[in-house]
Amino acid sequence: MTIKVLGPGCMNCRTLEQRTIEALKKMNLEASIEKVTDFQQIASYGVLRTPGLVVENKVLVQGRVPTVAQIQELLTSYVA
Amino acid sequence: MKTKIVSIVLSFIAWILIYTNLESITDTIVYSLLQLQKGSPFTFALHFFVFEVPKVLLLLTLIVFVVGIIRSYFSPERTRKMLGGKKLFAGNVLASMLGIVTPFCSCSAIPLFLGFVESGIPLGVTFSFLIAAPMINEVALVMLFGLFGWQTALLYMSTGLLIAMVSGYIIGRLKLERFVEEWVHAVKVSPVEFVEEKISFSSRVDLGIEAVKEIVGKVWLYVLLGIAVGAGVHGYVPENFMASLMGKSAWWSVPISVLIGIPMYSNAAGIIPVVQALLEKGASLGTVLAFMMSVIGLSFPETIILKKVLKLPLIFTFVGIVGTGIIIVGYIFNILY
Repeated sequence: MTIKVLGPGCMNCRTLEQRTIEALKKMNLEASIEKVTDFQQIASYGVLRTPGLVVENKVLVQGRVPTVAQIQELLTSYVA
Repeated sequence: MKTKIVSIVLSFIAWILIYTNLESITDTIVYSLLQLQKGSPFTFALHFFVFEVPKVLLLLTLIVFVVGIIRSYFSPERTRKMLGGKKLFAGNVLASMLGIVTPFCSCSAIPLFLGFVESGIPLGVTFSFLIAAPMINEVALVMLFGLFGWQTALLYMSTGLLIAMVSGYIIGRLKLERFVEEWVHAVKVSPVEFVEEKISFSSRVDLGIEAVKEIVGKVWLYVLLGIAVGAGVHGYVPENFMASLMGKSAWWSVPISVLIGIPMYSNAAGIIPVVQALLEKGASLGTVLAFMMSVIGLSFPETIILKKVLKLPLIFTFVGIVGTGIIIVGYIFNILY
């Protein structure tokens, strides 16, 4: 599973990254997390608000920082 | 859900009780509990502080909560859709108004700019949005309402809207597209279908509560500091102290205030109480309004962020046009009031 965190490196983006790592740990999942900080690439996902969470090239979250539990819920559909 | 409704209703009743009795609560604390004498500068300053801090925080909590719910009905994606295909002027008017209600944070300015321009929204219309969104925000409006009254809040909102509409329109007419960085046009947006989540009203209420936690949690310290400085000015600075500096007779005060205001990066919560105190000491409304608009609406960090997508001539034009608009508004109010 490839996970991308979109954001220029503001506070929210770092929080999102940390929570994603935490969620993965809780679910015992292995995944590579990539930070996308380049605006050109961020925009190419069609994201208008940062931070964004992209899993398997699908934008799951944008413009808000979900809780660890919410991220876990979002990721469950990708586990099976 | 039921407990949520009950707790919100109870909080609202508590809110009304405290808000309507603030004056007597403050009097009790200052005169009876602390036994301070009426008339001294210290008592005056303290009374102001004890009264204004809870008042502004209460107003802030209520309005941010309501706006948080309203905002959940808007999103940049939907705003973009609504602005698509709009011509100049009609587009500028709509973009400025959507700028008020669409959730926006300056850290998202670049992706938003790219997304707007890429979907074919004219540059001038995009600018109307980018000018209105930070300048007219609920925190500024609440602070103005709480400390100056609803007339000033309304004035600020309508002139801010006007500046956003007209500035965007002018930028559109000037045809400055060539001053947008080339790579912006090279961005290929993959046509990801944005799935609009169906949100229940209950979770919209949650979003309102979240907004309160986030925004009030961030600005309460500025409110405290701003009102403390304002209280000091109220108690200790002599009447008419500011008249010669920021009064009507000082014609140069409007442009100077704007020039000082642009590089200043203070949020509305911190700056408005100070400015309100100055108004009482002889500064004129137009000058004060112009100063606030330039501090809130034209911030240096945001301009630097925009440098990533805009070339310098366009940035200068943008700051120049908006700055001129603010100066004109300042003069108009100095003449009217």
